[in-house]
Amino acid sequence: MTIEELEQIAKSACQENDKYDFEVNVCMDLACMSQGAGHLRDALLKAAEASGKSVLVRRTGCMGPCSSGPLVRVDPEETLYHHVNASHAEAIVTSLGGEPVPELQCDLNEHFDKQVRVVLENAGYIDPEKIDDYIMRDGYKALLTVLTEMTPNGVIHRISESGLRGRGGGGYPTGLKWGTVAKALGDLKYVVCNGDEGDPGAFMDRSVMEGDPHRVIEGMAIAAYAVGASKGYIYVRAEYPVAVSRLTTALRDARRRGLLGNGICNTPFNFDVEIRLGAGAFVCGEETALIASIEGRRGTPKPRPPYPAVSGLFGKPTLINNVETFANIAPIVRNGGKWFANMGSERSKGTKVFALTGKIANTGLVEVPMGIKLREIIEVIGGGVPDGHTFKAVQTGGPSGGCIPAEMLDVGVSYDALVRLGSIMGSGGMIVMDDTSCMVNVARFFVEFCMTESCGKCVPCRAGTAQMFTLLTRFCTGTGTMDDLELLEGLCETIKEASLCGLGMTAPNPVLSTLKYFRNEYIEHIVHKRCPAGVCNMEAPVEVVA
Amino acid sequence: MPVFTPPPLPSDDKRWKIVNGTMRKNGFARHALIETLHTVQSSFGYLDDDAIRFVARSLRVPLSQAYGVVTFYHYFSLKPPGKHTMTICAGTACYIKGADKLAAAAEKHLGISQGQTTKDGGISLMKARCVGACSRAPVVLCDGEVAGEVTAEQMLEQLERWAVE
Repeated sequence: MTIEELEQIAKSACQENDKYDFEVNVCMDLACMSQGAGHLRDALLKAAEASGKSVLVRRTGCMGPCSSGPLVRVDPEETLYHHVNASHAEAIVTSLGGEPVPELQCDLNEHFDKQVRVVLENAGYIDPEKIDDYIMRDGYKALLTVLTEMTPNGVIHRISESGLRGRGGGGYPTGLKWGTVAKALGDLKYVVCNGDEGDPGAFMDRSVMEGDPHRVIEGMAIAAYAVGASKGYIYVRAEYPVAVSRLTTALRDARRRGLLGNGICNTPFNFDVEIRLGAGAFVCGEETALIASIEGRRGTPKPRPPYPAVSGLFGKPTLINNVETFANIAPIVRNGGKWFANMGSERSKGTKVFALTGKIANTGLVEVPMGIKLREIIEVIGGGVPDGHTFKAVQTGGPSGGCIPAEMLDVGVSYDALVRLGSIMGSGGMIVMDDTSCMVNVARFFVEFCMTESCGKCVPCRAGTAQMFTLLTRFCTGTGTMDDLELLEGLCETIKEASLCGLGMTAPNPVLSTLKYFRNEYIEHIVHKRCPAGVCNMEAPVEVVA
Repeated sequence: MPVFTPPPLPSDDKRWKIVNGTMRKNGFARHALIETLHTVQSSFGYLDDDAIRFVARSLRVPLSQAYGVVTFYHYFSLKPPGKHTMTICAGTACYIKGADKLAAAAEKHLGISQGQTTKDGGISLMKARCVGACSRAPVVLCDGEVAGEVTAEQMLEQLERWAVE
């Protein structure tokens, strides 16, 4: 495969598409599928055939506003239809070439206007199982350019220049990580893609793997060239069967096209990727635990150093990046590091994909420039809290993150700002809670999660999370005391300081952040035996007879 | 060094050939343990002692290590699943949208707790750690099919339908 051949494929794919007068794109991501997008596509295909019009019905990845799904977009007019079901298929096909169907049209301009799409640039525009669709939208161009025109150091320089930081949550500078692996000695190195999206409430990695799998593979191949690796692994949760099947298809097609394998683009560069399935362990998102899991062992973390960059998978230098990090690589290579660095805030560059869920009008995936205010994400893009309820908190970073209250919503989203608020960026889950959520109960929910997910290797995490859970359960059942609260605060500090890996170190965050911003709710539970949100099932207060 | 010969298949059940295929594809390497266990579970529905023993011997992994891996990961099950499986997502978005009430309703209806199977082997009630359909929370999986924005009534209806089959 050469650049000329790639351009030829893109050209013929374009010509193939131009044969059709209309394109009807159906979002077939999990959320829309759960609302009947499968039947809808069948009905559209049938209606298109019966109409005699020249229509291409395309299956696409997530278009974004899942709460309006199933979604259909008609091109070239870019008309977006919401809440479409199979019975609407005929009306949509009939309307092609004329006026759009008014009752299905949706006004989501505000939702889309504030967004900038880099990672999700292809989402909703390509069929994830067709490599030519990806190539048509400049796919694999970055890889071939890198192989023929750039040195490995040049690639690392460009990534460093972009200011890209790891999108898995930690925010470690990607260029720096690549540089370390590149410098590590050894003729065998690995590139690992962390697709173990264990954070409940986050699904952007699933969407990227399912909706645009080649983007991840291209990013990995570029990384492999830069650091001198020849073998890659994608570690995907077993709970994401569609992502696994899409990636399998994508890998097969990339091999067939000569974009993976030996001597890619007539250069001495060899690279291939294998998929490894997770098996439901949150701790495997931690890089040393993930390595243990790929090696077929229990996913227990190891103390660092040595860092995986020096001694990782099978003891070899290993580069581990998150799905979204790899998804950013091709656009950075194509458009330059400066282009990327121009977006975002001072120390957090580019864009970030968030999974907006919970008590919010427009749930779904959004991609926004870093530095945007939380308020804009929630009130403008998300459409605010529905059903007349009031906003209480937004939870970011999953079980390792914290709850941010209404008075902090004017803070711009960046790695550092969220840490200052007592939360973390995490992988990008954003769960909105309204006045019907009890913050003590929420803290208990997360602590229970960390307790069951603790691998058990170090005592602070194994025993500490269980004790935190016991104390929080006391509060939620009205049996806690102020002494318990003091104990809980001390325990949080110990677990944070003394745990071995990120899971334990961040497990107290949901407790600490709710204590910081919603302490009065704890006091209500303890002193007045009352749950202000009416969630906790309190025992009847004992009447004290004087 | 003596050449390693993998143990014979436990029975002439064709599914063992699939399991063996996964191990052969990986050159009977020890690091293929989790991959192989996945194949066993997808072929047989669960992992029993015979299967774990066979895989451990074939890959030359100590039985303790194989058992340790099986029990470490939530995805692996040591018990056979029921004819139908209702899985309730326990992710954060589902929790905020009231998945705990769904779980309580299902437990009451079936008279079992999450993680158990009804006595007649008809229905298993399971818990998932986020299936990634959070935008349509609360989510349940009926025999693996994702259903979003589910109410307790809808879920109980499905359980009823399964019960009368």
